Amino acid sequence: MKYRVTHVTHYTYSKSVSSCYNLAHLFPRSSHRQVCFSSTIDVDPYATRIVERDDFFGNRACFFSVHTPHQMLTVTAVSEIEIKPLGNLLDMAFPVPWDEVNDILRNSTRSEDLDARQYLLESPFISLDENLHKYAQASFTPGRPVLEAVHDLMDRIHNDFDYDPHTTTIATPLREVFKKRKGVCQDFAHLAISCLISHGIPARYISGYLETIPPPGQKRLEGADASHAWFSVYVPDFGWVDFDPTNNQIPMERHITTAWGRDYGDVTPLKGVIFGGGKTHKLCVSVDVEALESDGL
Amino acid sequence: MSDPNATASMDGNTLCGSCAFVDDIHNEMCTGPGQLRPHWEYFGRSLDAMGKDELVRRYREARRLIRDNDVTYNIYNDPQGIGRPWDLDMIPLLIGSEEWSVIEAGLIQRAELLNLVLADLYGPRRLIEKGILPPELVYSFPSYLRPCAGIENSDGRYLHLYAADLARGPDGRFQVLADRTQAPSGAGYALENRIVMSRVMPSLFRDSHVHRLAPFFRAMRSSLNSLAAYPDAEPRIVLLSPGVGNESYFEHAYLANYLGYTLVQGDDLTVRDGRVWLKTLDKLQQVDVILRRVDDEYCDPLELREDSYLGVPGLLQVVRDGNVAIANPLGSGVLQNPGLMAFMPQLAQYFLGEDLRIPNAGTWWCGNAEHRRYVLANLDKLVIKPFVPVNKQRTVFASKLADTERKALIRQIETRPHMFVAQSQVILSAAPVLARNAELDSRHVVVRSYLVSRDQSYVVMPGALTRVSDKRENFMVSSQQGGASKDTWVLASEPEKQDTLIVSSPHVMHKRPLGGDVPSRVADNLFWLGRYAERAEGLVRLLRVVQLYLADSSQVLASGRQSNFVLNQLLRVVTHTTKLYPGFVGEDAELRLASPEEELLSVIVDHNRQGSLSQTLIALLVAARSVRDRLSTDTLRVINDIDMELSGLQQGNLQHLNDADDELDNLITALMSLSGLINENMTHEQGWRFLEIGRRIERAVHTTTLIRSALVYPAQPDDESVLLESMLSILDSLMTYKRNFLLGFEIPEFLDVVLLNETNPRSVGYQLARIQTHAGYLPVDRSRQQLSAEERLVLELLTQLRLADASDLAEIGTDASIRVKMDRVMDHIQQQLLELSNVMTTTYFRKDEQIQQLVPTRPGGME
Repeated sequence: MKYRVTHVTHYTYSKSVSSCYNLAHLFPRSSHRQVCFSSTIDVDPYATRIVERDDFFGNRACFFSVHTPHQMLTVTAVSEIEIKPLGNLLDMAFPVPWDEVNDILRNSTRSEDLDARQYLLESPFISLDENLHKYAQASFTPGRPVLEAVHDLMDRIHNDFDYDPHTTTIATPLREVFKKRKGVCQDFAHLAISCLISHGIPARYISGYLETIPPPGQKRLEGADASHAWFSVYVPDFGWVDFDPTNNQIPMERHITTAWGRDYGDVTPLKGVIFGGGKTHKLCVSVDVEALESDGL
Repeated sequence: MSDPNATASMDGNTLCGSCAFVDDIHNEMCTGPGQLRPHWEYFGRSLDAMGKDELVRRYREARRLIRDNDVTYNIYNDPQGIGRPWDLDMIPLLIGSEEWSVIEAGLIQRAELLNLVLADLYGPRRLIEKGILPPELVYSFPSYLRPCAGIENSDGRYLHLYAADLARGPDGRFQVLADRTQAPSGAGYALENRIVMSRVMPSLFRDSHVHRLAPFFRAMRSSLNSLAAYPDAEPRIVLLSPGVGNESYFEHAYLANYLGYTLVQGDDLTVRDGRVWLKTLDKLQQVDVILRRVDDEYCDPLELREDSYLGVPGLLQVVRDGNVAIANPLGSGVLQNPGLMAFMPQLAQYFLGEDLRIPNAGTWWCGNAEHRRYVLANLDKLVIKPFVPVNKQRTVFASKLADTERKALIRQIETRPHMFVAQSQVILSAAPVLARNAELDSRHVVVRSYLVSRDQSYVVMPGALTRVSDKRENFMVSSQQGGASKDTWVLASEPEKQDTLIVSSPHVMHKRPLGGDVPSRVADNLFWLGRYAERAEGLVRLLRVVQLYLADSSQVLASGRQSNFVLNQLLRVVTHTTKLYPGFVGEDAELRLASPEEELLSVIVDHNRQGSLSQTLIALLVAARSVRDRLSTDTLRVINDIDMELSGLQQGNLQHLNDADDELDNLITALMSLSGLINENMTHEQGWRFLEIGRRIERAVHTTTLIRSALVYPAQPDDESVLLESMLSILDSLMTYKRNFLLGFEIPEFLDVVLLNETNPRSVGYQLARIQTHAGYLPVDRSRQQLSAEERLVLELLTQLRLADASDLAEIGTDASIRVKMDRVMDHIQQQLLELSNVMTTTYFRKDEQIQQLVPTRPGGME
């Protein structure tokens, strides 16, 4: 499948901003599952400098700054991506028991395994929590194949938690999300990662998009009009496998990956520092994911 | 002073003979009671010859020098807090030249090794890939800054500045206790210690053949210079400091001056067009190298800590672009990972194929299963440190824990092993110190050594900052805990050249050209330094005259005379000038006027009242210390005197108004010397003009307030005449008046002297004329051939004064109750001066608008 993603971020400030410095993770990276063949970013007012680089995790990060006084800032990122079909369906019974994952990793000298160990640690947005650990235990019965256990965890999070964009903010700690049983895709991904690392399974945070208009006969997916987030799990001898707890599914051709990291903080789509701007900012985001004719263009 | 372990010495009546010697602890000076080590012999003999009294005298001299140079170290949460004098012991630590060359080689090896580790952790990370370092050790350490990865530089030199804390164990061998790579502090204090010691013990210092420190700082200068993209084009180097509240702010200002760099704070810098710029008064100046004393995490609120107000947004990207160099580079704090010490021997083997020349203190990181087993089995012998200092977790001596605490610690180690590091407890060596009772006592010492990169290797400072424990038995050595420091004498095998023995004092190396970079923040502080200094002086003069009348009037009253008009009027003036209402003004002021002592005392001492003398002096000190790199040593001494008078006013020992007399007198002297020094001793560049304008504005405001509040409401001619005399004395214009007008005191003549006469340096006219001159030199855009806003304001005021007629101003209005014109003109002058101050603020001290984080976009949640 080929897609064109148009991601528009629009800020309005109550007072003039003299300068702003921004860091964007808006360009999809290429991976074994997808190829990004064009990306453009447009900043209004004119950004004097736009610098793209690969960040620590191999994502495409974009720095820009604006030095024209402004009360509105519009950042438009457009990318075209091709998602490769996944081939065979995943074998959820892949025979690695979850309770052996950690030992395998600790005794391995393979570079993928060593690399995965960085995703076993707490991070600014993900802390270990006793209640979360207990919650996850029901999915992690002794000897259960890891993918099956994670799938079960995803399934439970999807059923136990309500999607509600009005109860949490970026600053809401996980234990509160857990108490309220409500949140958005980012909260669910963080929650799952905390559950997983507390069981010794490497997990990371994925930021990306969903196809906006579903194919005929299919349900429109949650979070499709904004950017989306889910998580990925590392299985030794198998690799990374994505799970989307918000939609209770294994991401296939309708999920476009932008970037990954330990948590949201590593891959925030757009953040920045401004001088001035007054007390109130209005933020408006729109995302359009458009399927392209496969032979078109 | 009696110590059961201290063996009485045969010649216990000499200083060194009384050296406290304890078995099982390495003593730096002696091998046994009264037995000096060879490299201490000359020093010990000289000390004995000098004698106790002389040593104490020199100690006092050193204290005085430290105070005069305003050498301070701030202790957080301490009542003496900011401006705490630096504590220097009189007995230096001596290190022989042979031993030093061993230490030197060991430190260079360690610096080179750490440089390779740093380059790898932010580069290819082979240490992790090859299993030399566990991933958790690196990735869970918060100072591993992922945004700093992948920044390369061609010469492979990353660690520019390095400091190591060394201590000698019971076997007499030095070992490394800790590495300092973030922003190593203390080299400036080491230099200051040396300057003081070489002054108070000149001949002993000279004859001991001590290695000089200056070449090390020259190496630092050339090393930092070489970091610039164009080292030959006089790169602009700045020292980035968190500001006056930081514990070692003294050192930041001191080093900036010594090295000839501009001292800046984060908001003095800005990022534009892929470069870093210094915001000076009139233009942006490109910065090539930053000597960093702000922790790396705080340096860029865009990519590092978002809650930092100490950094420069976008800085990291400029580093990536290769357009600025930072020493140490952002990310270097990762080497202070306490667990890394556990792997140093393996790292030395991996990179260099060598053993460590100076061993580490034994260190174990509990994230490693083998290490953890050792730690749990040997807990009582170890010091347990949190891997990351969170939630006030502190270093603990496991042997000293109660049983439940011990169990809790074991449980914590077992559940989160990678968060704990254990170190064997080092029995630090002891060195002699001069105790309060003028005897020698002993303290444990830790030596901080400094290195700077040069060419492809490192240069070691032949000297160090030695710090001593605060108690004899205490092994914790930290300046934050109040321990003193020592100069460290590395003895040369043969004398160095005589003429260069003494380190030159800071201003000799000061190479900033006249009128060099003046950041807006500095101009702002200088302006307010001028205003507060003048405000304090005006208030003290007023208070002294009030005191005089107060003392006088109690006698007069005893003699039965009624009129208290002059005193009451002066008291009201006090309230009007300080704006401490209601004070002596208003309907219920009668009681306070009748017995004014309490309110006057409060005007002097109550630093919580905005406008009080204490509060004004505090503001003065903060402004002065924020620009201490711009002030001469003599000026700093005066600032220190003012501080001492302030504490005299604050210590709660002022029960009565009269107790303040001495302080007020001393303050006048100090404030007068301050203004004298500022004129005579400060380069008349732009910064100075801001200070001057501030001073002149304040004096004009003060004088007009005095005139207005004392004279607008007419009184009996007799009373008024006395009042005028006292006002002239407050305004320091009595002599001028008497020389010009032989007869009594009249208002028009008074106004002529204190308001109109531009030759009287105390008059308002004179202040305006000076401001006019200074305003002509300010950096404004002069391309349009127009007067600047501040020039226009002053010209208007000056013209009005020049056209004014003194008798006219003295005239009483038709209803005989008020001098209308005087009131109006004084009010107008005050309003315009306020406007001038505002114009200065918006034009030159333009603070960038408040910095804030954008609301970040959030997936799946619409705002």
